[in-house]
This record gives sequence, structure tokens and C-alpha cells, in this order.
Amino acid sequence: MTPHVLSLRKYFGVYAALIVLTVGTVAIASLDLGRLNVVFALTIAAAKAGLVGLFFMHLLYTSHRTKIMAVAGLVWLAILIALTLSDVLTRGWLPVSGQL
Amino acid sequence: MSEAGSALATQFDDLEQQHDAATLGMWIFLVTEIMFFGGLFAGYAVYRSMYPQAFAAGSRLCEIALGAINTAVLISSSLTMALAVRAAQTGRRLAIVALLVATMLLGAAFLGIKFVEYGHKYAEHLIPGSGFTYTGPYAQQVQLFVCFYFAMTGLHALHMVIGIGLLAVMAVLAARGRFTPAHYSPLEVAGLYWHFVDLVWIFLFPLLYLVDLHK
Repeated sequence: MTPHVLSLRKYFGVYAALIVLTVGTVAIASLDLGRLNVVFALTIAAAKAGLVGLFFMHLLYTSHRTKIMAVAGLVWLAILIALTLSDVLTRGWLPVSGQL
Repeated sequence: MSEAGSALATQFDDLEQQHDAATLGMWIFLVTEIMFFGGLFAGYAVYRSMYPQAFAAGSRLCEIALGAINTAVLISSSLTMALAVRAAQTGRRLAIVALLVATMLLGAAFLGIKFVEYGHKYAEHLIPGSGFTYTGPYAQQVQLFVCFYFAMTGLHALHMVIGIGLLAVMAVLAARGRFTPAHYSPLEVAGLYWHFVDLVWIFLFPLLYLVDLHK
């Protein structure tokens, strides 16, 4: 088996990007953007997670079966959180008879 | 071929197939870990949506500087881990051991800083329970936030401890010359676990330390 070796440049480039994004998330959190603060925080975290997953965890270079597994994990996590919040966030939208 | 023969389990055709199977199996395990932490993240989302002011107030109790330093420490450990796997791919035995030791030291540094933070929480009576003391508004809901803080960072720290133990085993195996460019699946798989723990922290940091700084 001959492994797919990534260049040192790529690893250090990803590392630099991760550090920049970490500084960026702290900087953006210090600005008052209202509800956008949490959007930026999660977007930056997702970008960092993507870099770690694709390069450090070699997701870009693994078999399709493995990629499908990783995506399946994200899909089920999305279902878990979306369905939970679809309940919690919509309570009180409609009047329910007998509710005080 | 004798080298390949000793590393190859009988059920596989060749080392490449064995490596693919190991990677796939590890990812299936990591998916269960995503769901495991996912329950905590979902619970966090529910209560943050219910008590946004309390979560912002609770977040002020976290030390952003220490959290940010720990993020950098953990990202650095992920880099050394990735480079350790690369050293195995290029067949440099000493580099594997050195980079694994560096990864473990960075992991230990992370846990040390976490320990200091927990110590501060203890000194300020912010451990959830009957001794919890918080004089601002929404004290009960702030306590709930601190519960999430300890449950999530504690579970994460437990994973770090397991990860360091795993890497110690890998360092011994590497020192004995058990990894070659043709066969390094155990190291790759241990690396996936380490990076996963980094991934969890990447989300924990903004969600615990950086909640609505202006509320």
C-alpha cells in the first residue's frame, strides 16, 4: 500500500487558517451584532471543523464509503437538533385549548 | 512481503483493503460519538433558546483568554498528530515518537489549563449543587448553564484522557518499529480519535465562552 502523503505546506497552511479563524471568532464575538453573533460563531466553528475533517482527518482522500459515514453522522445530528428545536421554538405559536 | 504478511489479518485481501476497513470502522464509531455529544448540544440549544440572558450571564463566568489559549493548544496538538501520521507514511520512526510525545504534552497542557479553570470555578463557589453561589439575576438558570459547562467540558476532558492513553500506546508501538508506510492503520485511527476530540472543542469554545458578550 502506498499512502497518500499530503505536503507539509498543506498541513501548516491548514494550521495557520485554524489559528486565524480562532482569533477571528474571538474578535467577532466582541462586536455587538445581535442575533448574528451566534450565526458567525457557528459558521466559523463549522469552517474550522471542515478544515480539520477534510485535511487532518484525510476525509478528502478516503474512500466514498468513509465519506458517506461522516456525512451520515452530520445528517443525523442535524435531524436530532432540528426536530428538537422545531418543537421547543414553536411552542406557543398556536393557542391550545385548556392552556393557561 | 513477510512484513506485509505479519500486519495483514487473514480476512483481508491486502493491506490497502485492511486500512480502508479500519478507517471506515473508526468513522462509524466517531458517528456514534457525534450522536453522544449531539444529545448534549441539543439540550444546550433548547435551554439557551429558553434562557438567553442567563446563558449570556453564565458565559461571562468563563475565562475567554484561557479558553482561547486552550483552543490554540488543542489545534496545535492536532497539527502534531497529523504530522505524526505523516511521519509514519514517510517511514520516519523517531519523528513519529517525537511528534506523538509532543501531541501528548499539548494534550496534558490543555488538561492543566482546564484544571486551573475548574479550580477558579471551585474557589468562586460556582460548582453546581447546594454550594452554588451566584448573586446576579436568573441564578437558577445560570446554574443550569454551569451544569452544561461542566458536563460538556468534563466529558470532553475524559475523552482527552483516553486519547492521551491511546497515544502513549501508539508511541510505544512506534518506538518498536511497528508502523511502516505500508502499515500504519492503528496510528491513523488513533489520530482520527484525537482530531475528533479537537472537533468537539472547536464547537464548545464559542458555545460556552463567547455567548452574546453584549447581553
